Amino acid sequence: MRLILQRVPLLVILLAAISLAVFMLAQQLPGDPAFIAAGGGDATPEMIAHARERLGLDRPGWVRYLYYMRNALQGDFGRSMVNGKPVIEDIRKFWPASLELALAAIAISAAAGIPLGVLSAVHAGRWLDRLITPGSVFLGSMPIFWLGLMAVLVFYRLLDLLPAAGRLSVSTAPPATVTGLYLADALLARDAAVFGDALRHLILPASILSVISLAMITRVTRAAMLDILHEDYLRTARAKGVPESRVVLKHALRNASVPILTVVGLQLGQLIGGVVITETIFSWPGLGLYAVTAVENQDYPALMAFTLVTTVVYVLINLLVDLLYPLLNPQVRA
Amino acid sequence: MRLRRLLGGGPSVLGAAAVLVVAGVMTLAPQLFTSRDPNAIVFMERLEAPSLAHPFGTDENGRDLWARVVYGAQPTLTAAVALILISLVVGSLAGLVIGYAGRRADEVLMRVTEFFLAFPQIVWALAIASVIGRGLVVCVLALSLTWWAQYARLMRAQVLVYKEREFILASRALGQRAWWILLRHLLPNCFSPVLVKATIDVSLAILLLAALSFLGVGAQPPMPEWGAMVTIGRKYLLDYPWYATFPGLAIFVVVLAFNILGERVRDALDPASKIYVRS
Repeated sequence: MRLILQRVPLLVILLAAISLAVFMLAQQLPGDPAFIAAGGGDATPEMIAHARERLGLDRPGWVRYLYYMRNALQGDFGRSMVNGKPVIEDIRKFWPASLELALAAIAISAAAGIPLGVLSAVHAGRWLDRLITPGSVFLGSMPIFWLGLMAVLVFYRLLDLLPAAGRLSVSTAPPATVTGLYLADALLARDAAVFGDALRHLILPASILSVISLAMITRVTRAAMLDILHEDYLRTARAKGVPESRVVLKHALRNASVPILTVVGLQLGQLIGGVVITETIFSWPGLGLYAVTAVENQDYPALMAFTLVTTVVYVLINLLVDLLYPLLNPQVRA
Repeated sequence: MRLRRLLGGGPSVLGAAAVLVVAGVMTLAPQLFTSRDPNAIVFMERLEAPSLAHPFGTDENGRDLWARVVYGAQPTLTAAVALILISLVVGSLAGLVIGYAGRRADEVLMRVTEFFLAFPQIVWALAIASVIGRGLVVCVLALSLTWWAQYARLMRAQVLVYKEREFILASRALGQRAWWILLRHLLPNCFSPVLVKATIDVSLAILLLAALSFLGVGAQPPMPEWGAMVTIGRKYLLDYPWYATFPGLAIFVVVLAFNILGERVRDALDPASKIYVRS
């Protein structure tokens, strides 16, 4: 608890610095907002000057920054240059899709990576390990945009097993919104058909996104388990006659869980970049696709808002992981 | 002696080294691998499947894809190496200074590196490139803005370990200047983890730059950078699958080679961190 309080002032400074960075980046943008606000080509110099005053653009830089911060904290990120709607509305609309994708990907990579890591550590040096360890190097070397496209080729084009785009089939209506996560909402609505459709659409993108984290989690789990498997207390347990599976799972894994959980948490942050790519490939309507579309359309308010929001999320995730560590490992508590 | 340990790893290491040598030569002298002009537009031959005449097929302008992949090695690889070099040089120098400086300065400067480390790389490279201008150069600079801090952190940790060693204390007692101590004594000793990280980072750099090109803010057409080629190939994916397959395969092979070699470098320079215990 004390640790959290210690971190808060630093966090605030960090977030302020980040928002300053976004603000300064936005200042480099081409175009004059006053010109656009005054109506563009028809505007007379008086109208432009009036708009400049109205928008507060004639004030010095640091005042403009304070305006920007005040707006941002209230959730006002300006209006999209593409559809004129407030950007915050679009962000609210799209972020559940990204959340669902990221959560599914982390779940897959943890559910597959941890057992694989444990297995390869337990059988270190033997055939299973010689299969899994180079396998994870293999997987971790693949560019996910390429892997995604190859997966579309195989599963959609060749095998016609899975859909290649979107969260639901065109003819299917989304379930009633409770969480925004289609799988959860379909479960809550007890709608098996929609659940199945949503799942079919989720599998491929989530699996592709999980690949990088999978390789990392497998490797860290293996390393952590290897460190622990030779500890004396395990030898004692074996001497007491505890079955090997219990030794591994109950004693070793539990002690290895700290670095494993740390890396899982950190991967969640790293996924942010991967989400952008995966959503682009599978036309998954989340924040990543929103950002890429904004880049294509030069919709700068949307892009700046996306940058600020994702950076804040990234910082918060890393902070949570940092705070989690002493909680799990009493030896580290300051 | 270390070199033998490095190379004596069996077929995978030799294969990796071979791939990298080929890639290196391809970067420096692409003409050796193909006689075709990667920019020669021949509309009659557009989107042809792989054949003897065109081993990788042709693109939508009739350009030979094998030639484009060959010539694409240069932008892809030099950009990645440049990115890591910049990050390494800036970061190591910064880390040296930060680590050697007093407690107060260390605290402040560490906060600065924390600031730079707080930015998710792809998101920020995307944003910077969109605002300032697209292209490989901008992406390299944008990514190095966050990357240098990783090297600074690593170098600083090493310096802190060595700072109180006898030979450093002896140098100071002799009255050596600080910058001399830094460059002549600390740097050579602290360098191995940095080297290990750099080797492994090159593969990550290739992947990130290719991803940014894939998203449209990195290499711009008609540059045959491999990630950019996959983007264009994506448009023709379902009917002309070879277009996206081969450049991506090239990325994969080179990245895999760097990863394998990077692991070997790490095993050779820092046996304590070996994760693959060979029986």
